[in-house]
Amino acid sequence: MPALWIQAARVIDPASRRDAAGDLFIDQGRFVAPLSAAARKRARRIDGRGLVACPGLVDVHVHFREPGQTHKETIATGSRAAAAGGFTSVVCMPNTSPVADNSGTIQLMKDVISRDAVVRVYPTGCITVGMKGQSLAPIGSLKRAGVVAITDDGECVQSNDLMRRAVEYARMFSLPVMDHCQDYSMTQGAVMNEGVVSTRLGLRGWPHAAEDIIVARNIILAEQTGAHIHLQHISSRYSVDHIRRAKIRGVRVTAEATPHHLALTEEALAGYDTHFKMNPPLRTEADRQALIAGLRDGTLDIIATDHAPHTDYEKDKEFDYAPNGILGLETALPVCLDVLVRQARFKLSRVIDLMTRRPAGIVDLPAGTLAEGAAADLCLFDPEETWRYDAKSGQSKSSNSPWSGRELRGRVRTTIVGGKVVYADGRITA
Amino acid sequence: MSWQRRHLLTVEELTLGELEQIHATAAAFKRTLSRNMRKVPALRGKTIVNLFLEPSTRTRMAFEMAAKRLSADVISLDGASSSATKGETLRDTAENIQALQADMIVIRHAAAGSPLYLSRLLNIPVINAGDGAHEHPTQGLLDTFTMKEHLGSLKGRKVVILGDILFSRVARSNIHALTKLGADVTLVGPSTLVPAWFTHLGVKVCHDLRGALADAEVVMLLRIQHERQAAGHFPSLGEYTGMFGLNKTRASWLNPKAIIMHPGPINRGVEIDSELADGERSVILEQVTNGIAVRMAVLYLCAGGQPEQVSPVA
Repeated sequence: MPALWIQAARVIDPASRRDAAGDLFIDQGRFVAPLSAAARKRARRIDGRGLVACPGLVDVHVHFREPGQTHKETIATGSRAAAAGGFTSVVCMPNTSPVADNSGTIQLMKDVISRDAVVRVYPTGCITVGMKGQSLAPIGSLKRAGVVAITDDGECVQSNDLMRRAVEYARMFSLPVMDHCQDYSMTQGAVMNEGVVSTRLGLRGWPHAAEDIIVARNIILAEQTGAHIHLQHISSRYSVDHIRRAKIRGVRVTAEATPHHLALTEEALAGYDTHFKMNPPLRTEADRQALIAGLRDGTLDIIATDHAPHTDYEKDKEFDYAPNGILGLETALPVCLDVLVRQARFKLSRVIDLMTRRPAGIVDLPAGTLAEGAAADLCLFDPEETWRYDAKSGQSKSSNSPWSGRELRGRVRTTIVGGKVVYADGRITA
Repeated sequence: MSWQRRHLLTVEELTLGELEQIHATAAAFKRTLSRNMRKVPALRGKTIVNLFLEPSTRTRMAFEMAAKRLSADVISLDGASSSATKGETLRDTAENIQALQADMIVIRHAAAGSPLYLSRLLNIPVINAGDGAHEHPTQGLLDTFTMKEHLGSLKGRKVVILGDILFSRVARSNIHALTKLGADVTLVGPSTLVPAWFTHLGVKVCHDLRGALADAEVVMLLRIQHERQAAGHFPSLGEYTGMFGLNKTRASWLNPKAIIMHPGPINRGVEIDSELADGERSVILEQVTNGIAVRMAVLYLCAGGQPEQVSPVA
């Protein structure tokens, strides 16, 4: 593998507070000090003019559907979608088929990852056996098998006692517990946010209180046990408020927001388009603004996509019957540039921090930095290029994106993993 | 003003002019229903498919009756006999019906938004005969048609809708029709079944039955579906009847000329006392008869007919 010389890019590395025009050098899979003149001659040059060079993006919340649901996505196609979106490290949720509640399934995933993945893919394990919320999964064995966190994502542990034991137990292994916060007793049959729009559309409402109550439960348990609980895809302004107050007290909770909850509201459901159906549901403009404010003041720690592929024929149904979830990896960066940088006036380096160093820190991944000696995972993007996203011609196996057919601004040009160019100008090169 | 719309999916999307055109056309068809020869040739040669994926007696029969009065051929399919029970998707079922050369499809479905979804897939007109808790547009149209027959203009008229509003598609279609026609609408019922969000649709929400019924000129009762979704939203049917059931005393609070309506099916002794349901102020069976004329109007207009061309030619 030749050395790489990225020339004259705007280099942004939140870890070192670097945001300046300059060059980057990669050799033997790592970022290195400026190469000698002789070495530069032999290096492969990448023209960085007009582009931003930042650490490869990190997403702690994706669904790659392998094993068992490979008609929707595979580790191969999901990791290609990640590369196309500038992501170099992703964390997979365990709601596969079978669910990842044992070390054998984790080993199977790791074998497929090492064979097929073009970016770094990390598995998580279940909190409970079969993700049924009734008894603890073998969390120690899962840790030994290599999971970076445990979660029943897609399901939420309803028993407060079981959740308490799970976080207490996982703390022994320094494993974060990620929770999808939803009180099922309040969301039976619910398909969208409860409020004026659900009333008008005649759809069953999912009240924000069902999230807030579990967020509050998790804050209480994190405070009592000292364990780290990561709150997935926060959607409610009341949850943001609970988290803010908990953090002031020093409680070990972290939280994520998705690009779709930052960009869209329940108003998008007026036409019953199932590409806007996800769980938790899109909420109100006040909730959307609260999520942005939460990211601004650090209440919400990171951006995560909840990349959730489903086939066309699964999504092409009556609204009530379509599955929850949308793609996220290939659109996350331009959507966040739009919502956070251009509309909410975040500094670009701040948004990159929310998508690199900080998510890596949540699950302690070796990623999110351009420091010399670190693994050379890099995202090179044009922040201004406008392009039309067509989900069908994207890298994911599925195309369930509300942004398909829309014009986006900001486009990933090159993705590098461990010094290897895996994606360049629209094509997977790994 | 000519009729442009091919589908009837909601009352919400209709303009006041369109709503009045449907009513005027229904009035013309209603006159043909009292003749000896009640059939008109308007849709001769057309085939209408009633796709009823949720149980219905009144609505389905009224649509069949309306189509037959218009000389159309009618095929009715219900959920149990359709391929939906074999796992066929709604898209495939509907595309097959279109491929079988139906000229129009009337759909009743438990999932809100299904008629809109079908209208985007098919080239033939789609008529919503009730979609989940969303809308039941022909019911809203026939109810307001019936009110106008008794009251004339509905502008400023006080209308109370009483019962399970949250899960009612009939309530929503009536709310949209009545607010377009300028009526003063109040929704009444237990707070768990009449959430304040409805005020955003331009109506009042009230939980005090006496205050709401005072001087009302129309009271429309809705069935309490205690065995289904509404379970858990209030303690018992007995308590409901005790708090909100319409009985003789409560009916005396109404305007003396007020009419009592119900889209059916009625639970006698629950939301309404039998003697009121059968009493002289009740227009419940008139609603059913008007349902034929209104559905004739909707089928005729959406099939491409024009309001001024309704001819009583046998």
